[in-house]
Amino acid sequence: MTFSPQLEARFEKLLQSYPPGRQRSAMIPMLLYGQDEVGCVSDELIDEVARRVGVTPLQVNEVLSYYSMLHRKPLGKYHVQICTNISCLLHDGDKLWEHACKKLGIGHKQVTEDGRFSLEEVECIGACSWAPAVQVNYDFHHFVKPEELDRLLDGLREKP
Amino acid sequence: MLYNEPSPLETRVLTRRFGMANSAAIDTYLATDGYQAFVKAAGMKPEQVIEEVKVSNLRGRGGAGFPAGMKWSFVPRTSSKPKYIVVNADESEPGTCKDRVLMENDPHQLIEGALIAGFAVDAHAGYIYIRGEYRYLIEIMDRAIAEAYAKGWLGKNIQGTGFDFDLYTHTGAGAYECGEESALLESLEGKRGIPRIRPPFPAVVGAFQCPTVLNNVETYCAVPAILRDGGAAYAALGVPKAGGTKMTCLTGHVNKPGVYELRLGFPVKQMIEEVGGGIRNGKKLKALIPGGSSCPVLTAEECEGATMDYDSMALRKTMLGSGGVIIMDEDTCMVKAALRIMRFYAHESCGWCIPCREGTTWLRKILQRFHDGGGVREDIGLIGDIAKNMLGRTFCPLGDAAAMPTISIVEKFRQEFEDHLHGKPCPYEHAPEAVGV
Ligand SMILES: Cc1cc2nc3c(=O)[nH]c(=O)nc-3n(C[C@H](O)[C@H](O)[C@H](O)COP(=O)(O)O)c2cc1C
Ligand code: SF4
Ligand code: FES
Repeated sequence: MTFSPQLEARFEKLLQSYPPGRQRSAMIPMLLYGQDEVGCVSDELIDEVARRVGVTPLQVNEVLSYYSMLHRKPLGKYHVQICTNISCLLHDGDKLWEHACKKLGIGHKQVTEDGRFSLEEVECIGACSWAPAVQVNYDFHHFVKPEELDRLLDGLREKP
Repeated sequence: MLYNEPSPLETRVLTRRFGMANSAAIDTYLATDGYQAFVKAAGMKPEQVIEEVKVSNLRGRGGAGFPAGMKWSFVPRTSSKPKYIVVNADESEPGTCKDRVLMENDPHQLIEGALIAGFAVDAHAGYIYIRGEYRYLIEIMDRAIAEAYAKGWLGKNIQGTGFDFDLYTHTGAGAYECGEESALLESLEGKRGIPRIRPPFPAVVGAFQCPTVLNNVETYCAVPAILRDGGAAYAALGVPKAGGTKMTCLTGHVNKPGVYELRLGFPVKQMIEEVGGGIRNGKKLKALIPGGSSCPVLTAEECEGATMDYDSMALRKTMLGSGGVIIMDEDTCMVKAALRIMRFYAHESCGWCIPCREGTTWLRKILQRFHDGGGVREDIGLIGDIAKNMLGRTFCPLGDAAAMPTISIVEKFRQEFEDHLHGKPCPYEHAPEAVGV
């Protein structure tokens, strides 16, 4: 499998970050960074990471199912994550979530037909003092009111 | 970047560089005494460094509040095995968003804290385990680490002291349970985040089966100030048995939610009224969770006279926890709050032990049914019973973390459960408001 030079450099660094014989430590980071480039944790990516860290693909499979950020199927180009946990709930995060579902016409962990958006109701993302909080891919958005979410999503829909 | 205005009532020790131009850059750090605490530490005996941390009364800021100096002293310095420093930057406790601002605004303070800890316990490598969602912070930390190597504050023979230290970031990939120290260590080794049985504790058998110091981001960030100004000066900022300041996240129904650095022992009422600008819309306080969703809830009456420190909270049978303060006004439905909190724990339970795996799921289902109006009177007792039967019977503290807030809500707000009986609609669910807020 071939990766971008940046990702190769990152993998290289990861494999050198752990004590000798402990390269398995690099597995989860490699899967996440790999997913960002490949689009999901594909069978191919599993085999490749397994080979590089020196475990079997089955061992990789067993680990990856534990972690909520690792996905076996591609997400939308923009993965919209809405926190409804307690601090966000107190700022109507649950209503923001319903608003987003209606707006995009999809539900939890679904992808729009054009593949542009996916939606996920997430647990606390560490933005509780600036609630309600939304993350699109890795970007944080704070104090998000429904109208602001509309503007954000409309902007992303237009984006080339 | 700062996401809220600072408050004049803050005691700025860990946040002293916040708001400076390029506060995250090494040049800013070096121009403001940066890395001088390490220079001072490196001129001391490692045991003296640990002693200074003990004198400071620094207690762990990740939730459990264990004295940091004591934890460091458990590391068998003479062991022939390599030793490790692990920074817990998994920050996932609902209500908590303070490690984020510490890493974003002053990453070198964390690096220096980890470096000093390394010197104190003879560790030569450290890992910062950062939750996967915090990708931009991994980039900030990686940049800061690269700067520190370039200027000789990490790597071999640091500033001619003969001390070597390497530091790496390590990303998580979405799992609250990986904030629990032993699950974190499993995850760091490329495994599922299933906790380890203890003892042995990480100080003796930690990362890669070697002695390890594992602390929260904020704990390490306090270390440079302790070495710089002396443990006694740091201790004096707090209360007798807990020194220094606490990064406090005000969340929920206050006018000025935000992360503020407050000295330990800060009065709860003053925190809400003056730091937080009071309850929104002129409403009254109903309940407060002092340190993240794992802590028992306090009623408004119980907040009277309470101060933000370990002992004052213990006296009220709750905990200072992580500093994530969740403030609920008089219109908050406590059944709904209990339900949302339980949904979280049911989702995050790693499934390893039965009382937690089954208990959280049962509780989630009962609370959901209750909030939907399908509850019967016996359910109220059942919720309390199930939660109490989880307490102390689970393999790691997540089970207790799920049970404790639930028990406290049922006991202190029983009337609200009664109000949901007989198919009555939730008394607090109004039709969407036509105007504003
Ligand atoms: C379920 C669970 C989640 C936890 N999450 C975190 C976390 O996100 N960050 C953290 O620093 N500590 C967390 N802790 C506490 C750690 O187990 C550990 O006590 C702490 O990191 C030790 O550092 P300290 O002594 O500096 O607080 C968690 C504990 C449990 C039981
Ligand atoms: S208490 Fe919960 S999270 Fe902890 S080991 Fe048991 S099932 Fe896993
Ligand atoms: S509760 Fe939503 S970000 Fe923490």
